[in-house]
Amino acid sequence: MITRAHKMLFLVMLLACVIMAAVLIRLRNRAQDRLQAEASAAPPSIAEGTSTPPRAVTLYVPNDLDGSLTAVERNLALPGDNNAEARVLLENLVEAFHAPGSTHPIDVASGVNDVYFLPVPQSAGGGQEAVVDLSGALAAAQPSGIEPETLTLLAVMATLHANMPQITEVHFLVDGQPRDTLAGHADLTRTYMAAEANPEPTPVGAGR
Amino acid sequence: MRWTEAAALAVILLGCAQAQTPPPQAPQMPAVPAPAAPLVRPGFVVVLDAAHGGSDPGAHLRSDLQEKDVTLALSNRLRSALRARGIDVVTTRDGDVNPSMADRAGTANHAAAAGCLVIHATATGSGVHLFTSSLAQAAPARMLPWQTAQAAYVTQSLKLESEIDSALAHAQIPVTLGRAYVQPMDSLACPAVAVEMAPLVAGHVTEARGISDAGYQKSVVDALSAALESWRSDWKQ
Repeated sequence: MITRAHKMLFLVMLLACVIMAAVLIRLRNRAQDRLQAEASAAPPSIAEGTSTPPRAVTLYVPNDLDGSLTAVERNLALPGDNNAEARVLLENLVEAFHAPGSTHPIDVASGVNDVYFLPVPQSAGGGQEAVVDLSGALAAAQPSGIEPETLTLLAVMATLHANMPQITEVHFLVDGQPRDTLAGHADLTRTYMAAEANPEPTPVGAGR
Repeated sequence: MRWTEAAALAVILLGCAQAQTPPPQAPQMPAVPAPAAPLVRPGFVVVLDAAHGGSDPGAHLRSDLQEKDVTLALSNRLRSALRARGIDVVTTRDGDVNPSMADRAGTANHAAAAGCLVIHATATGSGVHLFTSSLAQAAPARMLPWQTAQAAYVTQSLKLESEIDSALAHAQIPVTLGRAYVQPMDSLACPAVAVEMAPLVAGHVTEARGISDAGYQKSVVDALSAALESWRSDWKQ
């Protein structure tokens, strides 16, 4: 026989179940709204192509035969933020290395994982240090030698400094890790002054 | 100044301050003693550093040719050529071994040489590439930071590079000049030039020659010998 107390207990538990279900549904809806808001506020990715109109940029392409850097003008649609902009610049530079008839051939399709920016504490003009994370594929494909390795580093520094003058220093990583040399010669343990790669008015490493 | 340089300087200063007491242990990065003037000792000694060796093959110049073998061959031929001219030579390696960068710099700095050549080879470019350190010239000092010891010798290194450039031009070998950060050059307390030999690409006055071409190697060795012979009379100026 069901007592009055049992009936009351059953009703209380049923009521509690309904209240808990309502609370859960409310929490789920709030979480869904929050995720949608975060997704719409995130910066557009490079792959989506949501970038500013194309503008003229300068890439510095090395020539292995005379050790010079040649300025090449391109019109590129660059993303809004600095990191993505630097990455697009360097990916285009690596494409120039890879292109048929390149004067500095490196057989790799994609060479830069990411570019990070750090403030330079002693810099009066708000200079920044760019930390360029090169891909292991680029380091593996890089021809070994003082000249070819140095030219690759100088081309990266000159291209960054020409298009983003706030970059005063450049440090290199390979696949996110510090490394002694690029391919056995050029020192990657030090921080480079971007102005050292300035190819004006005479070509870097110019000889006869 | 980077923290590593600052650390090396701190070790040096600490060593000077405790000169009255015996040092407990040699520091890992010792300071390089350097006489104020002249920067090198009166005798004329040349140091040859054949890059790579042992487990470090360097560049793969061809499927059957590694950079470490070319640099050692060049170093041995140049040593013979210099000794034939009465020049004292110290080498950092004579066989297929790979001394550490610190050991190579230590050997060179112990010799207190009038000239140091760091010998490399590459399959890229044409002719001979000459590199001096990218460090800015610093004033000579009694003690030099290990990692930037070359800074006190940059001007002399550029003069030595100019001598080599002239000798190679006389031999009609194309030259590319540049500056780079390459170890162990930045730690060398002597006028230092990195000599990187590349194949000869056919040009107006040159015919194509491979890096292992005996005649081409002899031309380079002869030019380097002539440059160092000339340097013997110029290096004190």
